[in-house]
Amino acid sequence: MTTTGIPLLNIIVFLPLAGAIVSMLVPASAAKVWTRPIGMAFALGELAFVAYMVADFPRGKAGFEFVSSHSWIGQFGISWSLGVDGISLFLVAMTALLFPVAMFGPSWKGNPRSFLAWMFLLEAACMGTFLSLDLFVFFIMFEVTLVPGYFIVAGWGGNRRNYAAMKFFLYTFAGSAFLFVAIIALVVLDAPHNGGHQTFSLITLAKVSSSLPHADQVLIFCGFAVAFAVKIPLVPFHSWLPDTYTQAPTAGSMVLAGILFKLGAYGLLRLGLYLVPRGAADMGPVLLTLAAAGIVYGSIVTIMQKDLKRLVAYASIVDVAFIVLGFFAFSSQGVTGGVFEMVNHGLTTGAIFFLVGIVAEKKGTLRFSELGGLAKATPVLAAIFLTVVMSAIGLPGLNGFVGEFLVLVGTFITHRWWAVVGTTAVVTGAIYMLWAYQKVFHGPSLGSDAKVTDISWRQIAAVAPLLVGIVFLGVYPKPFLDRVTPSVNYLLAHVEQAAPNAHVPAVTTRHVTFNVPANQNVLSTATKSSKVAGGSGSGAAGTAKPAATSKGGVG
Amino acid sequence: MNAAYLIVALPFAGALVLLFAGRRILDPVSGWFATAMAAGSFVCTVIVWSTLLGRPSTSRSVDKTIFTWMPVGSLHVSFGLQLDPLSILWSLFVTGVGSLITLYSIGYMRGDPSFSRFFFYLNAFIFSMLILVLADNFLFSFLGWEGVGFCSYGLVGFWFERNSAAVAAKKAFVTNRVGDFGFMIALFLMFQHFGSFNYSVVLAPLASGHATLANSTATFISIMLVLGAVAKSAQIPLYMWLPDAMEGPTPVSALIHAATMVTAGVYLVARAAPILHFSPDAQWIVASIGAGTCFLAATIACVQDDIKRVLAYSTVSQIGYMFLAEGSGDYQAGIYHTVMHAFFKALLFLSAGSIIHALHDEQNMKRMGNLRKYLPITFPAFMVGFLALAAIPPFDGFWSKDEVLAAAWHKSPVLWAFGIATAFLTAYYMSRQVRLVFWGKSRWNSAAAAHGAAGDTGIPLSPAAAHGSAAHGSAAHGGGEPHEAPRTMTIPLVILTVASAFGWLLNANFAGLDFINKWLAPIFPATVATPFTVSTGTKWILGVIATLVAFGGLFAGMGLWRRAVDRPELEPAFLAHAWYIDEGISATVSGPLARMATRFSFVVDAGWVDGLVNGVGRSAAGAGRQLRRLQTGYVRNYALAIGVGTAAVLLYVSMRAGS
Repeated sequence: MTTTGIPLLNIIVFLPLAGAIVSMLVPASAAKVWTRPIGMAFALGELAFVAYMVADFPRGKAGFEFVSSHSWIGQFGISWSLGVDGISLFLVAMTALLFPVAMFGPSWKGNPRSFLAWMFLLEAACMGTFLSLDLFVFFIMFEVTLVPGYFIVAGWGGNRRNYAAMKFFLYTFAGSAFLFVAIIALVVLDAPHNGGHQTFSLITLAKVSSSLPHADQVLIFCGFAVAFAVKIPLVPFHSWLPDTYTQAPTAGSMVLAGILFKLGAYGLLRLGLYLVPRGAADMGPVLLTLAAAGIVYGSIVTIMQKDLKRLVAYASIVDVAFIVLGFFAFSSQGVTGGVFEMVNHGLTTGAIFFLVGIVAEKKGTLRFSELGGLAKATPVLAAIFLTVVMSAIGLPGLNGFVGEFLVLVGTFITHRWWAVVGTTAVVTGAIYMLWAYQKVFHGPSLGSDAKVTDISWRQIAAVAPLLVGIVFLGVYPKPFLDRVTPSVNYLLAHVEQAAPNAHVPAVTTRHVTFNVPANQNVLSTATKSSKVAGGSGSGAAGTAKPAATSKGGVG
Repeated sequence: MNAAYLIVALPFAGALVLLFAGRRILDPVSGWFATAMAAGSFVCTVIVWSTLLGRPSTSRSVDKTIFTWMPVGSLHVSFGLQLDPLSILWSLFVTGVGSLITLYSIGYMRGDPSFSRFFFYLNAFIFSMLILVLADNFLFSFLGWEGVGFCSYGLVGFWFERNSAAVAAKKAFVTNRVGDFGFMIALFLMFQHFGSFNYSVVLAPLASGHATLANSTATFISIMLVLGAVAKSAQIPLYMWLPDAMEGPTPVSALIHAATMVTAGVYLVARAAPILHFSPDAQWIVASIGAGTCFLAATIACVQDDIKRVLAYSTVSQIGYMFLAEGSGDYQAGIYHTVMHAFFKALLFLSAGSIIHALHDEQNMKRMGNLRKYLPITFPAFMVGFLALAAIPPFDGFWSKDEVLAAAWHKSPVLWAFGIATAFLTAYYMSRQVRLVFWGKSRWNSAAAAHGAAGDTGIPLSPAAAHGSAAHGSAAHGGGEPHEAPRTMTIPLVILTVASAFGWLLNANFAGLDFINKWLAPIFPATVATPFTVSTGTKWILGVIATLVAFGGLFAGMGLWRRAVDRPELEPAFLAHAWYIDEGISATVSGPLARMATRFSFVVDAGWVDGLVNGVGRSAAGAGRQLRRLQTGYVRNYALAIGVGTAAVLLYVSMRAGS
């Protein structure tokens, strides 16, 4: 565990909250001038702290770092504890990067104080969700994201914003009911195995919940899965998404698609796989099937969209289905690829929604029938858009390919036919993204482009960090992968130990020592684990060399 | 050997500079800059080649790792270059022909408002193509594979204001993605069976005979790789994109859609030869695809009117020959033909570009004629290309095609029959083209007038047109004579003419001149391609038959198209429509698919899935009045209540916790 003098993670959670309060306190008379610079200072300050955390995060370690733990409501076993591991590290980084871009890149009308306050509140809640090591805190943070989400859509959105915001709110809130029940059930059922003490601590729960009866684990996992499937969203729970994303303001779409999606996917890993691995392994095929079906179904529906923003929204359904596919492949490559895809999708979709917002500003419409030939008037915008489109399509050398390839290869070695179905997306993805690009930028120009100016320097500066991320992660993902993979392998070892029949080809717990602090170790003793591994090492996996095992031990 | 890094670094640097500073570097400086980068890359390739040549033939493979790309568990992929006879041979003609075509483009693209963008794509293309062939593992090669696809997309759609160009670009990319589906499945299979993508792990043990591969595994991997190869190389069933890709500027057609990129499939099959070795079925598939494609495309080429479409179908057909040779087990013959084809097809396309340039964007051969009098350099250049393609001795195509046909004969006389029929058709459609373009009456006066009318629509067809109407205002209105292109365009023509006439000496099968065979021998040992010999007597007989057939086709074409220009009896509709394959696919596959997708989007998704959700919401909310209340702010209060409630709970517990 890294020890630093400052409570880093607490700062990361509370700094945006402070930003929210301060932006509300700016006097109305000075709001026009001062709100944005103050907000910018907070957002960049947050980014600086997160950058420090990423730089200080050791590679090769599988456990939680920078842990900060304070007892909070002792009699219920609730504590305020935060920690970051390889899985959440880059989600936090992506959040810190995307929020400033979303807050200051797109233009929006209305009250800057309340807009920034809601955005900062959302950022704080997202950070809290990613960093919490306590189920109670997780649940609160997870739910709180709905409030600013609702107000951003309803306050700054398009024509049907009220309908969209209501649908978003009610739908995801209904999903949360399942989450709530599952959490309570888990805590209560685990208490007898924890010496009669209730606890909300993730690590303790992960240690003891493998003693739960099999059926309980499956039911609890199902509760998690429904809640997160709505949030992700997985087909067929997706119908709130197109309305919400289309109606949300550009900044809202960016953070909703870029970050709020990931809360659900992250929850599947952190709560689903980590806390009830047996249930996750049992229900894995169901989620794999939903993901593969979602890829095909989402692609087909996306192809026929008639509005650019709606098309991008539907395309997101395909991307997140890839994330879930990777997770439930239960292979090192698949899960790491899924985590990579989470970050990718934040960068790529964030950038696309930003650029779509610029197109809407320039042309006043996003219907394909009214767009065309824009590349003539805006060559730089077209070039940037094409780069992002290629990232979404998965052109090697850009980030999209690395994630997509890892997910697919990881799925292929454990669940071949699901991967083959998923691979069709390389064709369909090219069809709809290039079709959209052609309709907007190619062909003779429609309407009057005489007054249309190219993307401004301010907008280029806003999107530049995302573009740098897109290229960097595509060319040199190693620093990223080196930090993610140990945590992923550790998680998979945990799954394998609980459910020896799950296919975990790249990791076997035999002779593996993961570099985790003793108080975080959820794997049982070596003798037990080696026995377990003996039964599962030969699965469908057989031929892939289990060289990954050394990874966790090195550090 | 460190020059190897420069081979790829120079065009990469060129592309970067043109990408970021291209709009500040003006025409023609960016063109010269791009040419210098490509030429520098060629020089470095020559240096590496001569270094390798200085080594004994068994140690001519050098692996240079650059850095680790994707390390996840047992998956470990690096950026690395493998310098061996196969990759260096390909690099030599890619950079060589690439430099000439970049030079040519300086003249051809003069005056285009997006001049620098064009040269950015050219340099980026050469870079990607070099990665494709020089990579030391399949996945890095796939990066180049996709990179050339991207550049092809950008260049086919270069004049994106034309809808046809934009559609063709997309079609090319999407069709290639179908092949990529196969390539990726092959990669997954490879990882599962070998745990790696590196040539040194996957291929080397197979090639040296130290390892074997189960027939089924080899067949699956091979078929999936071949699916990728046929898409990139425009073979059956994925060839339809290439003729449409002629929407790009002509130098692009020469470089990408004739000489280099479309031969990537040939390279991939040659590279994967150790895997194919364990699957006779896959070899038969490759040979059959090649034989079928070369014949089918040649029949279509016989009736095309567009000068570039004839050459495009001819390219499809000639690549069919290369696949035929590879499937028949004679990889050297296939590669020999690839190199020769790069010379003469680049020459033909560049000459065609020169003709199109001279006629201000006229591409219809029926509106040309008598041009031999006006184009003193282009005419002989085109004639040499024509004779080489038609396989008339002693030009390039004759020698390489002979070897291909001998290999096909050894595999099966049926394959050979397809090949020889194609040889006749090739000579026929090329002599028809030459007849229509260079002989007969001048039919381009009326054409120029028609062009003038087309120009009024306000869509510039090419910079040459803009340049033409500016410099030779009268030409656009019916007067003026076709004229030879500037020096930057004619010099590459002359060099390629020499190569098309004498390039065959690189691999002549007498007097110990078979340099290419000897050079490639370490890549294709007996454990990879079982050696076979066709007796000298048989070779002579086959050669004589091929020559007679070629002359037959030549006289047929020259004779039949001596006078009349419109001969519908020689141009049946089913050939003009390319056997109705494109239309057939649209009617039977695309149409129903689109209808199904529409149904999914607007009936299933918007109606059922969303309807169900809203229905549940409606019944939960009770009557419609309740729903209206929800929409008018009830939820807003609800959301606020959650926020306030949460804050209150947090405040309460934090105070409790503090005490």
